[in-house]
Amino acid sequence: MKTEALHAAYQTEEQPLHHQFEEVSQQNESYVVGMWVFLVTEIMFFGGMFLAYVLYRWRYPEAWYEAHTRLDIPLGTTNTVVLLTSSLTMALAVHFAQLRNKRMQLAMLGATIGLACVFLVIKAFEWSAKFHHGLVPGPGFLWDGSVPMPQAQLFYSLYFGMTGLHALHVIIGILVIGVLALLTFLDHPLVKNDFIPTELVGLYWHFVDIVWIFLFPLFYLIPK
Amino acid sequence: MSTAAPVLHGESPKAPPSYLQAGHTIKSWLLTGDHKRIAVLYLIAVSVFFFFGSLAASMIRVELVSPRGVMLESDTYNKVFTAHGIIMIFFFLIPAIPAVLGNFLLPIMIGARDLAFPRLNLLSWYLYMAGGLCGVLAIAFGGVDTGWTFYTPYSSMYSNTNVTLTIIGAFIAGFSSIATGINFIVTVHKMRAPGMTWFRLPLMVWSSYATSLIIVLGTPVVAITLLLVVMERVFHIGVFSPELGGDPVLFQHLFWFYSHPAVYIMILPAMGVINEVITCFTRKRIFGYHFIAFSSLAIAGLGFLVWGHHMFVSSQSMYQGMVFSLLSYLVAVPSAIKVFNWTATIYKGSVRFQTPFLYVLGFMGLFVVGGLTGLFLAAMSTDVHLTDTYFVVAHFHYVMVGGTIMGFLAGLHFWWPKFFGRMYPDSWGKLSALLIFAGFNLTFLPQFVLGYLGMPRRYHYYYFAPEFQFWHIASTAGASILAVGFLIPAVYLLWSLKYGEPAGPNPWGAKGLEWTIPSPPPTTNFLETPVVREEPYAYDAEAEEREDQSKEPIRA
Repeated sequence: MKTEALHAAYQTEEQPLHHQFEEVSQQNESYVVGMWVFLVTEIMFFGGMFLAYVLYRWRYPEAWYEAHTRLDIPLGTTNTVVLLTSSLTMALAVHFAQLRNKRMQLAMLGATIGLACVFLVIKAFEWSAKFHHGLVPGPGFLWDGSVPMPQAQLFYSLYFGMTGLHALHVIIGILVIGVLALLTFLDHPLVKNDFIPTELVGLYWHFVDIVWIFLFPLFYLIPK
Repeated sequence: MSTAAPVLHGESPKAPPSYLQAGHTIKSWLLTGDHKRIAVLYLIAVSVFFFFGSLAASMIRVELVSPRGVMLESDTYNKVFTAHGIIMIFFFLIPAIPAVLGNFLLPIMIGARDLAFPRLNLLSWYLYMAGGLCGVLAIAFGGVDTGWTFYTPYSSMYSNTNVTLTIIGAFIAGFSSIATGINFIVTVHKMRAPGMTWFRLPLMVWSSYATSLIIVLGTPVVAITLLLVVMERVFHIGVFSPELGGDPVLFQHLFWFYSHPAVYIMILPAMGVINEVITCFTRKRIFGYHFIAFSSLAIAGLGFLVWGHHMFVSSQSMYQGMVFSLLSYLVAVPSAIKVFNWTATIYKGSVRFQTPFLYVLGFMGLFVVGGLTGLFLAAMSTDVHLTDTYFVVAHFHYVMVGGTIMGFLAGLHFWWPKFFGRMYPDSWGKLSALLIFAGFNLTFLPQFVLGYLGMPRRYHYYYFAPEFQFWHIASTAGASILAVGFLIPAVYLLWSLKYGEPAGPNPWGAKGLEWTIPSPPPTTNFLETPVVREEPYAYDAEAEEREDQSKEPIRA
């Protein structure tokens, strides 16, 4: 594996070693395994909502189809492209961190943050349009379609619940990447000569991306 | 006991200070990364929560002495049993063994200096305390009356109590256990000492590992479920309420998908403790190491496939019920494997009836009763009759409370000398074990009868059936004995901290890496990384006897 070769290459360098570990490779692997286990918990966390989605879509297929037609497919598609591109810049940031090219690493982290912000801005436009049209679940929910109102409201409950939780993860991602970029810029000992923090943040960011890859077709691209 | 433990390098005059002496300021405790100190912080916290949970339990038992109730209004009674359930489950039973004994022992047992992520470990304690604070505030400012299960739509639409704050507390506490779970999994995978292969791991480590798998896979699901309840309550984002288009049974599915495996989060670590104690006090290798190790994983895996047995009367399909019923029976297989293997371990062992071992026997007694009565509830035909009666209450108290508390106390008494370097009076320990066992049975055996006769759970009166009073009084009498049984260890364990005899590194003559280091251990556990050369539980009673005889002159 590529990372293993890199681990071996960098073991001699002055990567900081915490007291509980015997050697740098053990430390690095522990952090990576820990991040993957954390991502498993994240999958289960989103999983509960995906289960609810599957159940209600199976139960109310017509309502799902009709409710989804009010979503803005061009904006959703644009957002998908934006987020996928941010995954690319994040992967490049990890790449440059491994090569210890600090300037490019910072540039790529900055690009990732920028794209994430673009994603959120577009999302905010979409949501505010929904508010405008009374498609927000709650007492003010307005529905003039042919399917029953509670079913359409359920669609929008899940839409706002799931994209909202995803957006929360994007915001957390922006903060984490921001802190990472700041620490890298300052040559803080936590991240100096150590690409693992960048790799871990990258794993998280790809996870956030993948969640959207599922959310987009499930909400925007429902076939007749 | 043999005080002639081998003198270790850790005892030389230049030995580093123990983890208790490594710093005396409050800050050195509250900002520690040392897994042993965090275990002690957890021990204090779970003991406080256990005390308050017990207080709520005694109010319940007092109330039920008379058929018309004694002192509580219906609403207050609902809040009291909810407080009892929430405190005991989320803030005592789930963290008790993993976060106290597991935290302290897991790194030492595998020969590591600490868990893989010490700061995450500290964070988990703060999350636990923050969650506990939310729960306590919710109870102090009016309480919550949904039961610990938070069933919708009552919890999300109708209850006028502090449901939101309580759920936030449980949600935060959930992340505390997720943090512990991640830490344990990574530690077992990556931090084992040279020679510590997977099949040389003490079985406590195997069961902690299996527990962590359940925590990592299950807890996030209940977290999102509780979050959805709060969203429904606060923002009317309806996923569960029929009024808003949702399905309340979906809540039950999601809730029990975690909360059934949560039972194994409580009982598996207790089973881990049993292995360690039983081998030491019978001076035998464990019978069927591999079977016990894999049965832990089997329980963790099967535990995720049986949640529907909580929902036989919830309108789920009959065929679904049949599948869940069958799968629930299967859990009995790995559980029985463990019990039979422990029995076989005791068989022809060189048994020493000291306090930890008495607790182990208590565990086996209570767990077998609890496990077997579980089969009545897994069978649909009997469950339809017994659902929501005291039979269920008695059953789950036997399994998760009896099992977990007996395991916790067995472990606490076994490793107390390792925690604090002091021995407690063994005779008082034996007395407490007997009182708790007797009190527990007297409390909960009558509840099986009550449930079978039809006493519903969560009722604060039974004037419709005054003949139940005899059984309720018996149960309350048992609870009083139980209370005394819990107070005695609290007293003598605290007493021993100052006045107990110094324990030495290995007061029980036990095997395992934790007994090769000083008691209490130094901050880094091992002065040099140990190399493991033998299987776990390499006890040899005959050799030990030969050694004893060669030392002591034979009295004429």
